[in-house]
Amino acid sequence: MIITVNGETVAVTAGRLSEILEELGYGGEKVATAVNETFVPAAARAELALAPGDRLEIVAPRQGG
Amino acid sequence: MPRFYGTEIASSLMLGTAQYPSPAVLAEAFRRSGAGIATVSVRREAGGERAGADFWALIRQLGVRVLPNTAGCHSVREAVTTAQMARELFETDWIKLEVIGHADTLQPDPFGLVEAARILTAEGFQVFPYTTEDVVLAERLLEAGCEVLMPWGAPIGTGLGLTNIYGLRTLRAQFPDVPMVVDAGLGLPSQAAQAMEMGFDAVLLNTAVAKAGDPAAMAEGFALAVEAGRLAYAADPMEPRDMAAPSTPVVGKAFLE
Repeated sequence: MIITVNGETVAVTAGRLSEILEELGYGGEKVATAVNETFVPAAARAELALAPGDRLEIVAPRQGG
Repeated sequence: MPRFYGTEIASSLMLGTAQYPSPAVLAEAFRRSGAGIATVSVRREAGGERAGADFWALIRQLGVRVLPNTAGCHSVREAVTTAQMARELFETDWIKLEVIGHADTLQPDPFGLVEAARILTAEGFQVFPYTTEDVVLAERLLEAGCEVLMPWGAPIGTGLGLTNIYGLRTLRAQFPDVPMVVDAGLGLPSQAAQAMEMGFDAVLLNTAVAKAGDPAAMAEGFALAVEAGRLAYAADPMEPRDMAAPSTPVVGKAFLE
């Protein structure tokens, strides 16, 4: 299915968020996620199935002021 | 020393982690600053990039508490979601809440700030709101559950110092028991000393150190200035007066005419 990942259109085969993260190369990484502008805790990723067109944001620690 | 949400911090200097020429310079600047709190952010990460892991490893080496921000957020929802993601990543309830309302000045949106502060406080966050010197807004933020206020000195990144001395002095006087941090707009150590002399509990800066020709030396300069200002405030400064008053005793002066 086609979803949006960090503003880019991406085709994924997996359905659940935890599997999508693995498929996109985030396995084991320290990232936080939001789907359609709503925060998804790490513990909820395995249960959450994404739908075509969903907007996924994946963020990590960065420099800040 | 400042106390935020029950945690005492060993330094009144808080330092940002952005815009340094290299990770090594950042680490050296922190070492010489003695800062006890580092501000950080969350940003998009590409798959396999692992930039977040590298940055997180660097920050852990500094031995400071982290204060994640919601920098760049313009809506309540965006700020709340960013705060939630930051809490999971950095494993802290502390959040520097920014809800920006104006593109050129990066002035906080007071209405969105209060709403976001209320939501986040209800979710157990300990909110450090980036605000203005407005006393009415301060009152609303305290009602929303904030136990710290972070008024700006000047717009972010300008280095103009304390542009509204009267407003900041009024804010400090109105809420004498609330920990307050002058956040943003400082460019020179003298400006940080001035904020501390006025009774603020701490200052937070980033650009002034990171963009100096020698960030580590500037970090130490700020550390010394902050300590000087803190001591001066605690020492109860003299009142200024308009007319001269001789400091050397008049009594006993020899008559030599």
